[in-house]
Amino acid sequence: MGDFQTPPLRAYPVIPPIEVGAMAHSKPFTAKPDQQQALGFPGTLVENWEQVAVDRLGTLVAKSRALQVFLDSCVKCGACTDKCHYYLGTSDPKNMPVARQDLLRQVYRRYYTFAGRYFPKLVGAKDMTKEVLDDWYSYFHQCSQCRRCSVYCPYGIDTAEISMAGRDILDTVGIGQKYSNEIIGKVYTVGNNLGLPKPALRDTLDGLEEDVKDETGVDVRFPLDIKGADVLLITPSADFFAEPHIDGLIGYAKVFHAAGISWTLSSYASEAANFSIFIGSHSNMQKVAMRIREAALDLGVKRIVVGECGHAWRVAYSFWNTLIGPFDFLDRNYPIPQHICEMSHDLIKRGAITLDKDANDDKIVTFHDSCNVSRASRMGDVPGGQFIIPRAVINASVNKFYDMAPQTIHEHTFCCGGGGGLLTDDLIELRVKGAQPRMQALQHVVEEYGVNYLAAICAICKTQFSKVLPYYHFERDMIGSVHALVSKAIRLGAVNE
Amino acid sequence: MALVVNGQAIETDEEGYLANRSDWTEQVATEMAKIDNASLEPNHWEVINFLREYYEEYQIAPAVRVLTKAIGKKLGPDKGNSKYLYELFPYGPAKQACKYAGLPKPTGCV
Repeated sequence: MGDFQTPPLRAYPVIPPIEVGAMAHSKPFTAKPDQQQALGFPGTLVENWEQVAVDRLGTLVAKSRALQVFLDSCVKCGACTDKCHYYLGTSDPKNMPVARQDLLRQVYRRYYTFAGRYFPKLVGAKDMTKEVLDDWYSYFHQCSQCRRCSVYCPYGIDTAEISMAGRDILDTVGIGQKYSNEIIGKVYTVGNNLGLPKPALRDTLDGLEEDVKDETGVDVRFPLDIKGADVLLITPSADFFAEPHIDGLIGYAKVFHAAGISWTLSSYASEAANFSIFIGSHSNMQKVAMRIREAALDLGVKRIVVGECGHAWRVAYSFWNTLIGPFDFLDRNYPIPQHICEMSHDLIKRGAITLDKDANDDKIVTFHDSCNVSRASRMGDVPGGQFIIPRAVINASVNKFYDMAPQTIHEHTFCCGGGGGLLTDDLIELRVKGAQPRMQALQHVVEEYGVNYLAAICAICKTQFSKVLPYYHFERDMIGSVHALVSKAIRLGAVNE
Repeated sequence: MALVVNGQAIETDEEGYLANRSDWTEQVATEMAKIDNASLEPNHWEVINFLREYYEEYQIAPAVRVLTKAIGKKLGPDKGNSKYLYELFPYGPAKQACKYAGLPKPTGCV
């Protein structure tokens, strides 16, 4: 499967000896000129790109005090060096977070610090050259912006912010990544990452209504563009299209049905994902998110609920209010916005839905904390709610649940290996290798407890795992939605008894 | 990527998907499969033809669930699942089958 070696899974984690340049060849396809221009970027590398890049870096640092502190404050203590899943899986020293930061820091020092301007060699400052630019393109696309390293950094330096800034500069000089930029363009033209037009969406939802009717005998609806519904559900378009995602969508619909909540999807805002965050583009992030506000106002809903999507929840929880708010038209008795797990959890606690755990007795479950949910957001009203609530929903749906090792879950969770705009076939070697730390933790619970179901609440994680699990000799269909478990366990009334 | 059919070069993108959907013929599909060391049997064609019909109507490939259901109806319930589709198209039914059918690659978290 591919011309590279899948890293071995070991009985205990081993920090690999460095292999200089091991992943220097890894780079994603570049965006076509029309894909660049649709996002407001130059189509190809601009003529005076050295100056444009240096100027853009200056602008970003001036705009973001955080970015400046991250670039100024590293003391090279080394705490981050063995924390990145891409370093652990590839052995390439440039995948150590400090080295990735230094790719940007060396240029920042050269042009924006006193020491770097006059004594560049003494402080590791470097000119903006083509070699540096190529390194940026390669290694800023080997960071999934998962922020695990920042948990261990004594200064709290956030490498995600640095790789976002790096990608912003690359787009500004005209070299964007095809995968992310093509997708953002599709949201502008069709409304979602997939390019799924309304008739196809309605057809897919009709098919799901049939399937659920066949399975349960109950008429569970999947409403689209219903004005006056109470809840607008915003979910990743993969939930309409891909396996195993679609079982999660069926789960959401059953929860709405069983609780008697009126809800709708929107064909205009048929996407929760917002890949603009991956390329560090604030203006595109706002433009993508604005569709959701417009749809909510147009449909006259009282609540917005967000489906299982990691970075979408980060954007919703941490950015929506200032990006597309205020949400003074929504019902303040509910969280604004509300995660689907928060909603289900609340309904379970109040006894508004009933679950039969025995329905999932064929499964022994573990939970993969998604990076953006774990380290960039929260759920509920207590610290750590983003860890407690999804597990509470799982534990209400299954009898057998076991967590993976403590240093690999909660805020210490390992990225699936495909986050941050890297979930593309042209980066498959990186994705497989970067999944190694998570696969190793999974292996332990498989051996110890017989785990056969890896639950997740992120579309990227689900697709990434269904691709990489077989490389590590696990079954492809081990990965599933949290709400697929709810779907199986939920009682839909007398007909389903 | 070089795709030559009847001595004529056909334009594809970096991953071998057709640049122009109108260039598609059954022979193009067969040649694409050859590049992947695969040969197309009648069951592959059932999938490819369904994808093309669906695309014609909806301007997008069908969801995997829609595809498995349609194939289950045509080839029998034991074949209406994604496991069977993975056997036919080991690189992933959505992507590999779309490629042979001359459709654009599905994008997003899929």
